Amino acid sequence: MYALFALPLLYIVLFKYVPMFGNVIAFKQFTISKGFFGSPWVGFGQFERFFNSYEFWRLLRNTLSISFYMLIAGFPFPILLAVGLHYARSERFKKTVQMVTYAPYFISLVVLVGLLLQFLDPRTGVVNQILGLFGVEPINFMAEASLFQSIYVWSHIWQNVGFSCIIFLAALSGIDPSLHEAAVIDGASKARRIWHIDIPGIMPIAIIMLILNTGSVMETGFEKILLMQNSLNLRTSEVIDTYVYKVGLVSQALNFSYATAIGLFKAVIGFILLVVVNASAKKLGQESLW
Amino acid sequence: MNQRVIKESKGDRLFNIVNAILLTLALIAVAYPLIYVFSASFSSTSAVLSGRVWLWPVEPSLDGYEAIFQNGNVVRGFLNTVMYTALGTLLNVALTIMAAYPLSRRDFRGRAGFMLLFVFTMMFNGGLIPNYLLVKELNMLDTIWAMIVPTALSVWNVIIMRTYFQTTIPYEMLEAAQLDGCNDFRFLTRIVLPLSGPILAVIALFYAVGHWNQYFNAMIYLKNPDLYPLQLILRDILVQNEVSVDMLGDVKTAAARQGLRELLKYSLIVVTSLPLLIVYPFVQKFFVKGVMIGSVKG
Repeated sequence: MYALFALPLLYIVLFKYVPMFGNVIAFKQFTISKGFFGSPWVGFGQFERFFNSYEFWRLLRNTLSISFYMLIAGFPFPILLAVGLHYARSERFKKTVQMVTYAPYFISLVVLVGLLLQFLDPRTGVVNQILGLFGVEPINFMAEASLFQSIYVWSHIWQNVGFSCIIFLAALSGIDPSLHEAAVIDGASKARRIWHIDIPGIMPIAIIMLILNTGSVMETGFEKILLMQNSLNLRTSEVIDTYVYKVGLVSQALNFSYATAIGLFKAVIGFILLVVVNASAKKLGQESLW
Repeated sequence: MNQRVIKESKGDRLFNIVNAILLTLALIAVAYPLIYVFSASFSSTSAVLSGRVWLWPVEPSLDGYEAIFQNGNVVRGFLNTVMYTALGTLLNVALTIMAAYPLSRRDFRGRAGFMLLFVFTMMFNGGLIPNYLLVKELNMLDTIWAMIVPTALSVWNVIIMRTYFQTTIPYEMLEAAQLDGCNDFRFLTRIVLPLSGPILAVIALFYAVGHWNQYFNAMIYLKNPDLYPLQLILRDILVQNEVSVDMLGDVKTAAARQGLRELLKYSLIVVTSLPLLIVYPFVQKFFVKGVMIGSVKG
């Protein structure tokens, strides 16, 4: 059994823990030629440079606002959909809605962003054509910095609502049916039963999901943002992750240490958030992760 | 107890109607874009460009698909993706079993410690640059290994599979097998795995979707265009709008070229997404179970 376990263990150590320790270069002035051990230490120099840079506040603000926008806007929809499906009268209708709503989950980010660009195109896009019927001038959506975050968040909801609702659907079917029977006999309406039985019933799961999502608040959908970014919406679309990517892997003067320091800063904030949210959930007497 | 004994109140009937309407709206909101793309891909260039496509294909044609299959990059990307998905998923599933099975065994010493070691990586990871430097140090840049090895195992899937083993394979079964002189490896391959069909299917699909849709690793680890997966080529065409003239065959006028360019995008979206959309209904029924099991704490 240990022989079986050796390979996965090796993988975890090599590909998960080695990069974690690789973060040490955030405290160094790393250059490829000098290598990991040969590069000189600079302490918190990289971090100071980042905090003092004019990019800092903009990146932090964009990262946090996209994440919290997503957290708040995305939270109710899977629950609403799950409750709606749970009370759907026709089994076939329910199955159809379910199957269709989670189809987009399987679409790749590249295709999703491609779809967005096609639909929102100022000349040929179907959205502008519909708006045109109401006499609205074509809008160049992707060039409007003020619209970027909304497009990002709502397309994310479109893609994921069906899949995220599975877990709530399962929780709903796990609720003790005798509660509902009793409520029906007492003359409770469906709306009342949802409010007093179903919602409290799925609350623990909802809280856990919220904690998990908060933990990844700093992990904004970096790959998707990168795809959606263009020079016109950069003002609101540049987040810490995309900046790390640019500084570390694409810019003219690659700066591995600086990029690593920024990435580490982000990871630490995310970790602190997770711990804080979990602790407060515990204090409120709700479920917690640990 | 038959609920019909109590007649539905007016409020409840209203509730049903509102609910049905809302669900229908959700259905339309999700389905319409998908139907539109599908129809557009089968329409003529002029119909797409002039916005005459609303729901069904207008002036059906296969021009877009023809342009795709004449394009060497797309075909090569497609084949590369199939290869990465097949090899990668095989490795993923094998490693996941190798990690999940021992972790599911009560008599596996050091289990709690290993579990912690695995789970910790879900909350804290090394970050982009250290990962890149590692792949670079391992000399995997610009090889197919870069597409397969760094994503060889997902801890989340290990937990799902481990929990499945724990809840469906009774410990007594192992004891009985051991009494009969069955070793661990034999027990795993002859008894555990044949009993785990549904979870293997779900896990394999999760991994396969990941590989199929992967573009970011390819973008940072690969420089040789011969190794590009489909998604990366797709990105150039869909997002960065880099459609080279030779892709469009012998189209003469600028207007026709522009039309074919748009049509090609719709056809590409369909070709890329269809394989997964066809597979998933077959595995769908296992999903709820799989997701539920994985989300059980501990």
